[in-house]
Parts: sequence; structure tokens; C-alpha cells
Amino acid sequence: MTPPLLELRNIWVEYGDKIVLERVSLSIAEGSFVAVVGPSGAGKSTFLRLILGQEAPTRGQLLLDGSPMRAACGPDRGVVFQRYSVFPHLTALRNVMFGIECAQAPFAARLFGAQRREARETAVEMLTAVGLEHSLDVYPAQMSGGMQQRLAIAQALVKHPRILLLDEPFGALDPGIRLDMHALITRLWAEHGLTIVMVTHDIGEAFKLGTRVLAFDKRRTDPHAPHRFGAAVTYDLPLDRKTATPSAEVLADLLQKDPA
Amino acid sequence: MTRLVDIRLQRGTRLLLGALPIVVLLLVYLLASEARHLENPADKVLPTFSAMADAIRAFTTDREPNTDRIILVADTLASVYRLGIGLTIATVTALVLGLLLGVMPLARAILGPTIAVIAVIPPVAILPILFIVLGLDEASKIALIAIGIAPFMTRDLTSFVSGLPAEQFTKAQTLGANSWQMTIRVALPQLMPRLIEALRLSMGPAWVFLITAEAVASDVGLGYRIFLVRRYFAMDIILPYVAWISLLAIAADALLLWISRRGFPWAHGGSR
Repeated sequence: MTPPLLELRNIWVEYGDKIVLERVSLSIAEGSFVAVVGPSGAGKSTFLRLILGQEAPTRGQLLLDGSPMRAACGPDRGVVFQRYSVFPHLTALRNVMFGIECAQAPFAARLFGAQRREARETAVEMLTAVGLEHSLDVYPAQMSGGMQQRLAIAQALVKHPRILLLDEPFGALDPGIRLDMHALITRLWAEHGLTIVMVTHDIGEAFKLGTRVLAFDKRRTDPHAPHRFGAAVTYDLPLDRKTATPSAEVLADLLQKDPA
Repeated sequence: MTRLVDIRLQRGTRLLLGALPIVVLLLVYLLASEARHLENPADKVLPTFSAMADAIRAFTTDREPNTDRIILVADTLASVYRLGIGLTIATVTALVLGLLLGVMPLARAILGPTIAVIAVIPPVAILPILFIVLGLDEASKIALIAIGIAPFMTRDLTSFVSGLPAEQFTKAQTLGANSWQMTIRVALPQLMPRLIEALRLSMGPAWVFLITAEAVASDVGLGYRIFLVRRYFAMDIILPYVAWISLLAIAADALLLWISRRGFPWAHGGSR
């Protein structure tokens, strides 16, 4: 049996005496679209930073493709943040070429001649896939929020990451654009066979896009020392994308905990 | 009724209104000068415009004995040379240190306090040290300008780089960038417009240090000339010299702004 793409074994994250995550054990299969929901402060972002490698667990093990993962960001895990995901000083094309240039030119971080043309072609292809083929030479400041997120996705995908992490990627977009982005990410997920972990505040979005929804929350609380109990996965719901509707009582519970 | 803060002006009107105070100041000077000359025809404090024109003619035609150059040209070249070298040294230092300290918390921990201490030393207070160590030649004047502005620029650039969104550096790492690549492809290009901005702000202090150094020990230069002719109450020379220095400062500022707009359009919200 092949090992799961990503496996968390009894993970704890503590800052001083504050416990953020406790006893988190789960595995993520290749090709799944995991949506992570939960109230603010329930460790969603910590969970994402763990997978990203920005943070190391205090206890427990994190396995990527069956081998322990180093706590450092690397090109095998792509990321799209809510903001600041693209470089403001580069045009759309150069933003996407950045990843290729870093891999092929360790010292100059710039390509010339045939290599450059090749990188450019790859980048144009990627930008076309996200619908930005007419904005190659535009700077991010001149783009709308939706276009910037499209660019950020293209920029990440050009590295063919094993996992794509999305940190509330569509939170700042207006509803119409958000629907377009849902269609886009679903298409890219299917076409490129991506594995996606998405943190979101929008429960509807989580159930619409995910093949699995993880809800983070504190299992127990101590009113005198609320920081001494960490959050864990309280619901782990596998979904069939076609018929994805959570049971009424689960939804009610989730909605009550997260007004957003 | 339109509120005062809501009044928007057209370009022509704005330029006209901006010129108005300057014209008024010139008129006031003219009237004051005339009043003084009515009382004392030999007045030197507020020279007439024609006296200034004569002085300008003199220092743009007479030659400076040492270099055999026209006085104004010799002074300007000497001052611009000192200013140019001093600013270049300061800019390069600030660029390298700002980048290093901004990107690497380790470097910031080691060098940050030292730079903060150097930055609070009033540069003119160490001018005597510079004269003793480097002599009275060009080196001490250039050093005063460089030491005077480099710490400020370094601190400004350091805080700018360390204030860049952390997401950008995380993103760069997930795109496979190493520390060096992040420095030259993410931090450096975004630093450049800020560097020019810091340089523009430093031009004022730089002129102060230049003129101070020239006033104390020099044999040519704009500051030297002003302090030389002060002994003869030659306001007819001093005033045009001050105007000339202002003109040079404005030109340098405009040039830097133009370079920034041209080279880094993304920082000015413009397009390619």
C-alpha cells in the first residue's frame, strides 16, 4: 500500500504554556481537496503553517510521502495567501517565471536566451490556464483582487507542488468573482490532479469545494485557564462532491461556532 | 457651500497660485531694498537687482587664479564633485547594509545597535576628528557627507526591507528561492525606489554638511565662496550663490524623481 501523501502523527503545537493544537492525527490522500474550517483562534492557520513548514510541531511527527518533513518551506508545497502572494515589482509574466528562474539560475536568478524563451512559454501557458493570457505585462497593482489571486495560483502551480495550500484565498473577493474562482480552482484541481488544503471562513465554500471537510475546535475548555487546552479536529467529514451536504445537526453545530 | 477642504483646482490655476507668494516675496524685497537705498545709497545688506546682476556678471566671467576656471564653474565643480562622491559612498553603503540587515535578522542583531549609536552622533561634531585624521583636503569633506547621511539611510532602508510582507518571502521560498535569490530578486528591486526616496530626503542634510566643511577649511567651492565674501558684506554675491545652490538642489531632486518614475513604474502606480 502506498503511504498517504501527508501524514500527521499525534501533533502538538505549544507556544510557551499556551497549547494551540493537541493530539492531531490525520492523513491526507493524494488528489484530495481538504477544506479546513473552524472559529478564529482554533489553530487553522497553525495547521497550515505546519504543513507549509514555517513552524515545527512541539511534539509528534509530520510525514510527507512517507518520510519526515523538515520544518522549512520548499518548492514541494505551494501556497496562496489572502494577500501579498504576488510580487508587486514584477509583471504577471515575470511573477510566474520567478519559480522557474530560481530553479535554473541559482546565482543570477535570471534566465537568458533559449532557457528564457522556454520559461516564458511555460509561464504563458500557466497564465492562460488561469485566464490571464491578456494581462502578461501588467503589474499586480493594476489588477483586481480576483486577477491577483489567479496570478498567485498560476505562480504556485508552475512549480508543480505536491500540495497546494490556500489560506483564505477568496476571502477578500466579492461574491461574483468568488464563484468564478471556485470554478477555476475546481477545474485546475481536476486537470492537474492537485492535492489541495484550503483554510476558509466560509462553510458553504468548504462544503462546495472540498472532498473532505476538517473542522478545528477545542474539544474541552477550562474556564480558569482557557489556554491550557488546544484545538483538535472535531469533525472529519469525507464528502462525495456531487452530493455534498452535511447532516443538519453537524451544519448547525458548525454554523453556531463560526458565525462567518 | 463648498467646504474649504473640498476645493479642487485646475492645473493652470494651481501653478498661478503657487507662483503668487514668490512674486510677492520678490516685490517685498524690491520695496525694502529701494527704501534702504533711499536712506543710504551705499547700502550692502539688501543690494539692488542691478548690483546683483553686476556681481553675477563678475563671477561668471572672472577666472579663479588657482585653476584658471571661471569662478562660478570652479566653485560648482568642486562642490558637486565632493557632494557626488560623498552621496555615492553613502548610497552604496546604505544599500548593502540595508539589504543585509533587512533580510537577515542575524545581521540586524549584530550591527543594528552600532549603526543606531553612530546615527545619533551629530556629524559636524566629528568634523575636527575628520580634519585631524584625513587632513584638510577633499577626503575629510567627502567623509563628513558620507558619515552624515549613511546611518540615516541605512536605518530607513533596514526598516523598509524588514517591513516587507513576510508572505512574500514565504512565497518565494515555496517557489524554490534560496536566501541569495530572495535578496536580489525580492528585496533588492523593491528597495530601489525607497533608496532613491531616502537619497532625496538626504540631499538637504548633505548640502548642510558640504557647506559646513567648505566654510571651515577649503580654497574653492560654493560654501567657501559664500563664507569668503561674507567678510566684505558682499550680499550681492551671496544672494545669487544661495539661489544657485537652491537651483542645483531642485534639479538634483527632479532628476532623482525622474529616475525613480522611469526605472520603477510599479512603485508609482504607473504602467510600463
